[in-house]
Amino acid sequence: MANGSAQNSITLRNDTWWVLPLITAIVLATFGAYSTWRAFSNVDFLVQPYLSPFYSPYILASWWPFSPALLILWAPLGFRATCYYYRKAYYRSFFLAPAACAVQPMAKEGNYDGETKFPFIIQNIHRYFFYAAGVVLFFLWVDAFHALWFEDGFGIGVGTIVLFVNVFLLSMYSMSCHSFRHLIGGRLDVFSKCPTRFRLWEKVSGWNENHALWAWLSLFSVALADLYIFLLAKGVITDLRII
Amino acid sequence: MSVAKLRIYRGDAEGGQEVEYEVPVDEGMVVLDAIHFVQANYDGDLAVRWNCKAAKCGSCSAEINGMPKLTCKTRLDSLPLDKPVTVYPLKTFPIMKDLVTDVSWNYEVRKKIPPFKYAEDTDWKMQQVDVERSQEFRKCIECFLCQDVCHVLRNHNKKNEFFGPRMMIKIAELEMHPLDIEDRKEMLREAAGVGYCNITKCCTDVCPEEIHITDNAIIPLKERVADTYFDPLQWILNKVKGN
Ligand code: SF4
Ligand code: SF4
Ligand code: FES
Ligand code: FES
Repeated sequence: MANGSAQNSITLRNDTWWVLPLITAIVLATFGAYSTWRAFSNVDFLVQPYLSPFYSPYILASWWPFSPALLILWAPLGFRATCYYYRKAYYRSFFLAPAACAVQPMAKEGNYDGETKFPFIIQNIHRYFFYAAGVVLFFLWVDAFHALWFEDGFGIGVGTIVLFVNVFLLSMYSMSCHSFRHLIGGRLDVFSKCPTRFRLWEKVSGWNENHALWAWLSLFSVALADLYIFLLAKGVITDLRII
Repeated sequence: MSVAKLRIYRGDAEGGQEVEYEVPVDEGMVVLDAIHFVQANYDGDLAVRWNCKAAKCGSCSAEINGMPKLTCKTRLDSLPLDKPVTVYPLKTFPIMKDLVTDVSWNYEVRKKIPPFKYAEDTDWKMQQVDVERSQEFRKCIECFLCQDVCHVLRNHNKKNEFFGPRMMIKIAELEMHPLDIEDRKEMLREAAGVGYCNITKCCTDVCPEEIHITDNAIIPLKERVADTYFDPLQWILNKVKGN
């Protein structure tokens, strides 16, 4: 562009700028493939008292011929797909828009609308997915507590801990959300008139600084929690009762 | 004493090329020192803009090994000196000579932002909590590294559609001001083009003042635009409250 120089090449960076987007793409694609397979499989998701997070809340709908996971997963999926952090991650790693800073993007000069047009303008309703994912989160907490009750009464198994860790990480992911940060207090200009909302905003802002970390940890935990229950159902492993 | 090889871009609007210079490396030396060494010992007519050499005036911006940086804040020992270090002018703005570019577009755009507006009966007492958020944005030294790295301007040349990250923090500073009564949301969505930003965060990555441009300015602004244009619930709530 401006300088008619070597800057017109893909980049003048000589560090390993391509590593992070590559790893991100591989991890996200692996998660996508795993969760699609599990969501459609409609088996091996319940080993009392543990229910896979992909199938929570447990829906028995006779009118629905497909996997019940499909009735649920649009909410957390939409939540993650419109999440400000994941947007950065996939715009960089899948759309190469751009893959890394000061690196030529994939789209040709001027051939870019950002989030001004369909489909990406939909990102603006992220907060509605936040509400929907909140409902699912509520049921995941119910499941975690349910995992404390075995056939012979109260107990704690490795699965119980897995479900609690997972729902904790998912809650941190939700509560560090940028939209939540805005709704809880960020939209105010005069904090001093609403001290409670200011304090909440400060708290959420603190969590929000690590939103990317919560995003990754909760992505892994939800897949691993499901995998744990899948392996239990398949009889590959047995659950260890701690109490 | 070790020697660094610098490949500095020499040229103007008509064209140019890299010229290699060898510079002895002293302890604590920054890239700007190396450029001054070149000026003093090889080419006195090498053009470079600088003023403070303290990372506070924002005039020495360039692209070092392909990354937008302040030359006075980039130590040579932070770079891999086994390879030549490339020093180029900012890519996003028209070159004048060597490392000097014409950044006047930024000042023109800035004039389009409606200034601070206050109510007739303003009580000028303000609480620290209410102005704190804007104070982060006032750290900006107008080095325009963020404007340079932003792919919307850098690679898609959307200078007529998007004001760029530096202007977003200026708008955020005004919009979040407790006493400002101007509404810039329509401008944000239309003329300033906040929707073009895909929050890939390169602006934040390069800002020498470590301003959280994306998390604290652009995303909150996108959320404010969503309140007004994409959220029917907020719209109803505002009507009920009579806003
Ligand atoms: S986050 Fe937005 S404003 Fe910042 S560099 Fe990326 S596209 Fe540009
Ligand atoms: S926001 Fe940061 S990078 Fe952008 S002009 Fe200001 S100081 Fe420079
Ligand atoms: S911004 Fe990531 S979940 Fe809302
Ligand atoms: S010379 Fe002032 S910021 Fe570098």
